[in-house]
Amino acid sequence: MYQFNYHKPASLADAAAALAKNPDAKALGGGQSLIASMKLRLSQPSDLVDLSGIAELRGIKADGGGVTIGAMTRHAEVAASAEVKKAIPALAALAAGIGDRMVRNMGTLGGSLANNDPAADYPAAVLGLGATVNTNKRKIPADQFFKGMYETALEAGEIITSVTFPAPKKAAYVKFRNPASRYALVGVFVADTAGGPRVAVTGAGPGVFRVPEMEKALAAKFSPESVAGVKVKADGLNSDLHASAEYRAHLVTVMAKRAVAAAG
Amino acid sequence: MPVKVSMTVNGKPVTAEVEPRTLLATFIRETLRLTGTHVGCDTAQCGACTVHLNGRAVKSCNILASQADGADVVTIEGIARADGTLHPMQEAFRQHHGLQCGFCTPGMVMSAIDLVKTTPNPTEQQIREGLDGNLCRCTGYHNIVKAIQAASAAMR
Ligand SMILES: Cc1cc2nc3c(=O)[nH]c(=O)nc-3n(C[C@H](O)[C@H](O)[C@H](O)COP(=O)(O)OP(=O)(O)OC[C@H]3O[C@@H](n4cnc5c(N)ncnc54)[C@H](O)[C@@H]3O)c2cc1C
Ligand code: FES
Ligand code: FES
Repeated sequence: MYQFNYHKPASLADAAAALAKNPDAKALGGGQSLIASMKLRLSQPSDLVDLSGIAELRGIKADGGGVTIGAMTRHAEVAASAEVKKAIPALAALAAGIGDRMVRNMGTLGGSLANNDPAADYPAAVLGLGATVNTNKRKIPADQFFKGMYETALEAGEIITSVTFPAPKKAAYVKFRNPASRYALVGVFVADTAGGPRVAVTGAGPGVFRVPEMEKALAAKFSPESVAGVKVKADGLNSDLHASAEYRAHLVTVMAKRAVAAAG
Repeated sequence: MPVKVSMTVNGKPVTAEVEPRTLLATFIRETLRLTGTHVGCDTAQCGACTVHLNGRAVKSCNILASQADGADVVTIEGIARADGTLHPMQEAFRQHHGLQCGFCTPGMVMSAIDLVKTTPNPTEQQIREGLDGNLCRCTGYHNIVKAIQAASAAMR
């Protein structure tokens, strides 16, 4: 790992100032993705601004039938939260299935979203539920947040502060794990929301995406058979030693069917 | 620019100046000379480096020492009683032959204690799933699962 300077500000304003001062500074969430990439020298920040000392970035609040979760809330806290289990059980279950227990004890919601790994789980929930990503500058609707592989709408130095998830009528997340890495080869989050059904797919493409044909079919009838006949095209999907694009495309339909069945 | 870190390790306060890039695993092994915490992969895959940070299992090879500033850290050296009586999880691993070469064992034990704390009476399935951050190249896991089942009864 290259040398860097370490800062641990106690307020959001100080963190924003530390990030603004240096274009090569980076925020540090739980470090579960960033430290690994720094070890590999894929990432070379001059300064790390550790967000863990900022109290307002932690915690879970039930509001208006949904939940707002602080960016520095760990995956394990979301998985165990009574508020999340009550409002959106599918979200608590998703958090309980991220990585392993040690990763869940450190990794954060904000870090996972800012990182936007093409196989990460949280982006599927954020897009599938039509959540809002709140930053120190603005509120970003899920549909505008994810920009493809490791890319988001975040500007340099912008800090995710929390995410507001509206409660759906019902929802479920089902993933097919890569047998070695345990990351989602394909994961599908299905939700019946106030604005209609939403289907978000992770792992299959360069970034999380929705499947409008499935959403339309579910709007007509929310049942597994509605999505069973909807195939997504393999063009543009990921193809690597773990799975071909065609296999991933096939898994999207299978996982969607299972997710709709699980949502009930 | 070196940073000062202070934390409690196995009940004792420690303070040191470290380079910011110092990993918690390096700090524990090289600065504190507590070599029971093993580094197997150094890439957050194997779990051999698992310690408790404020009571929860974490991979110390994937955390900076400065992230543990102000925290309460417990390593494998810190779980037996002062008189040498093993922790029920250690005793169960001994009784049930939950190890062969022993390389993965410190991490297994620390992770298993966290597992039983969050799932007090785990089923075999819950144990197998709950250990998915810890790899063992020797045992085939069967005796590790038996040990954890026995320890969960003893820890109740
Ligand atoms: C062994 C292993 C298995 C894993 N398995 C899975 C899995 O199955 N599913 C899954 O989804 N993930 C998995 N992960 C990734 C894990 O969930 C990470 O915790 C997560 O991707 C990053 O969160 P973090 O808090 O650790 O962020 P960090 O690693 O600290 O940061 C990641 C990026 O986000 C930026 N950042 C962090 N916080 C903020 C913020 N509040 N605002 C703006 N930018 C910010 C950082 O600058 C950095 O660029 C795994 C990780 C490991 C090590
Ligand atoms: S050495 Fe830390 S997980 Fe392998
Ligand atoms: S006992 Fe040898 S790796 Fe587990």
